[in-house]
Amino acid sequence: MDLSAINPVILIASLMVAATPILLAAIGELVVEKSGVLNLGVEGMMITGAICGFAAAVETGSPALGFLAAMIGGAALSMIFGLLTQFLMSNQVATGLALTLFGLGLSALIGQGYVGLKPPATDRLDLGPLSDIPVLGRMVFSHDIVIYASLVLVLVVWLFLRHSRAGLILRAVGENHEAAHALGYKVVRIRLMAIAFGGAMAGLGGAYLSLVRVPQWTEGMTSGAGWIALAIVVFASWRAGRVLLGAYLFGGVAVLQLNLQAAGIAVPVELLSASPYLVTILVLVIISADRSRAAVAAPGSLGRVFHASS
Amino acid sequence: MIALEKRPTPSRAWSAAAPLLAVALTMVAGAALFAALGTDPLAAIRTIFWDPLFNEQFASYSRPQLLVKAGPLILIAIGLSLGFRAGVWNIGAEGQYIMGAICGAGVALALYPMDAWFVFPTMVLAGALGGWAWAMIPAILKTRFRTNEILVSLLLVYVAEQILASMSLGLMRNPEGGGFPGSRNLQQYPAAANPELVAGTGMHWGVVAGFVAVIAAYILLNRHMLGFQIRLAGQSPRAARFAGVDPNRLVMICLGISGALAGLAGMFEVAGPAGQISIDFNVGYGFTAIIVAFLGRLHPVGILLAGLLMALTYIGGELAQFMLGLPAAAIQAFQGMLLFFLLGLDVLSNFRVRLGRRKVT
Repeated sequence: MDLSAINPVILIASLMVAATPILLAAIGELVVEKSGVLNLGVEGMMITGAICGFAAAVETGSPALGFLAAMIGGAALSMIFGLLTQFLMSNQVATGLALTLFGLGLSALIGQGYVGLKPPATDRLDLGPLSDIPVLGRMVFSHDIVIYASLVLVLVVWLFLRHSRAGLILRAVGENHEAAHALGYKVVRIRLMAIAFGGAMAGLGGAYLSLVRVPQWTEGMTSGAGWIALAIVVFASWRAGRVLLGAYLFGGVAVLQLNLQAAGIAVPVELLSASPYLVTILVLVIISADRSRAAVAAPGSLGRVFHASS
Repeated sequence: MIALEKRPTPSRAWSAAAPLLAVALTMVAGAALFAALGTDPLAAIRTIFWDPLFNEQFASYSRPQLLVKAGPLILIAIGLSLGFRAGVWNIGAEGQYIMGAICGAGVALALYPMDAWFVFPTMVLAGALGGWAWAMIPAILKTRFRTNEILVSLLLVYVAEQILASMSLGLMRNPEGGGFPGSRNLQQYPAAANPELVAGTGMHWGVVAGFVAVIAAYILLNRHMLGFQIRLAGQSPRAARFAGVDPNRLVMICLGISGALAGLAGMFEVAGPAGQISIDFNVGYGFTAIIVAFLGRLHPVGILLAGLLMALTYIGGELAQFMLGLPAAAIQAFQGMLLFFLLGLDVLSNFRVRLGRRKVT
């Protein structure tokens, strides 16, 4: 075993890469859940985004178009969920599961011709002198644009939910859809927009996996990342800042276990591979055991069907 | 303008017709999907739904496969349906299936090569216990800490897959297997094998267990207090609490039963059709069973029929893969589509569609 082989600078840098797909998916789902909709199809939208982005990037040679295609793909898939739950009033839990099952099949279908290909490289953003700062430069100032965009996005979502009128309306719809409807807000329209945003972010997160993190296409490559994103929203008690914390915590565990595997630590490889899931469960338990926080934080109308009777 | 009006009680007629209509719509949409993939849609539909049962060339092989595939699906879906009715969402049946198989096979491998009558019954017990224990993790976390059982049960699937990999590469690896991953083949160990009971039918003990589970669930739901409590808790949690139903007890029972049945399904599979513990032992029955449960309207008899239909799409899908070069993933997408149509059509049993302008109130 050689723990000195683990370089903390590279560890932090790869932590950010590992956390970004989940951060993107989780921040999208946060907005969806804040509007009172529980979309369990994150995994399906992520994997669909992963293949849409991968295919578009390979065909056009442009990662930027790939990320765009992934957002469109994820949002398009989420609209199936939106149609079923908002217009046909289907059960959100069941529909979300269906979205995941369908997304896994659809992505495998699209991805048949893309197994084993190498996507075009995503350039890292040139931050000029910042990247030359010793240690810190390598650690946080030499990444691609999506990582910085994801961090900005957390800030924007926080500002939107906390300090904008539109965000206030979205939260009102999520807390009590009957009251929001009575006030004249278009509950269904607002929720559809939130669902589409969630789908686009999940798709972008998926494409970050297939274009940057891995970078390759394999069937079922998200391997539970969407579910972990859902867990992180709960862990975060539906707050944008804590979503960032949760995603980076998870990224840390994921990267650390890979490094420990490489260093040949005397722990079974399978246990290390299972550790991100076990840590997620542990964190969920700790959060939900806190009686004062868990119950209060969830949006009041989360998962409930809305039907305007008048 | 189309308006929806809530029905006072769900329409029974639409509730029964929705699955049939969903299957029909899925066939149409599936045909479009297959056409988009460059396959003759009519040939594809015929290969999937007709040839496995009635084509002379394939039926002799395919017909027994129907029960082999439907057995685990029905067994798992029956367990899941009890929970889904009560609002307890166990979606980690795949993990419980794996743990049941590992525990069942573990007993057999530990007793190998003993030839005694009690080997197989002990395996059955161990399989059920393994699945039950794995389901108890989300159940206890839910009742003790109110942790979301959907997320925990699903995340445990990935943990179970790692345990499966560890077992087939390490502890349970066949010492006479030349270093290849995977355990001894239990089909070659008569005391532990789960053979075909009637030649040419595909019937094995797992299928028998599936049928027994259908009957037991029917009696439970219609004739037993617990079944009433399950239905009440699902339809009106508040009313259930006033009626003295303990929600925690219900969570433990629903997750326990569904875990034990999924474990049994895994154990019968590893001792029978699969034969051994290997890295790719699980093929997604635990997830497909979710579709089966909904397609069967969470009703035991419906699940029996839905299980047979989903088994048919598996077999037909394999046949279409082999005959028409249709990708395996197309069937997975097809099954997902079926669930979409079904959930969408449910609106017709809960709401009445009114054409014309909505009244201003």
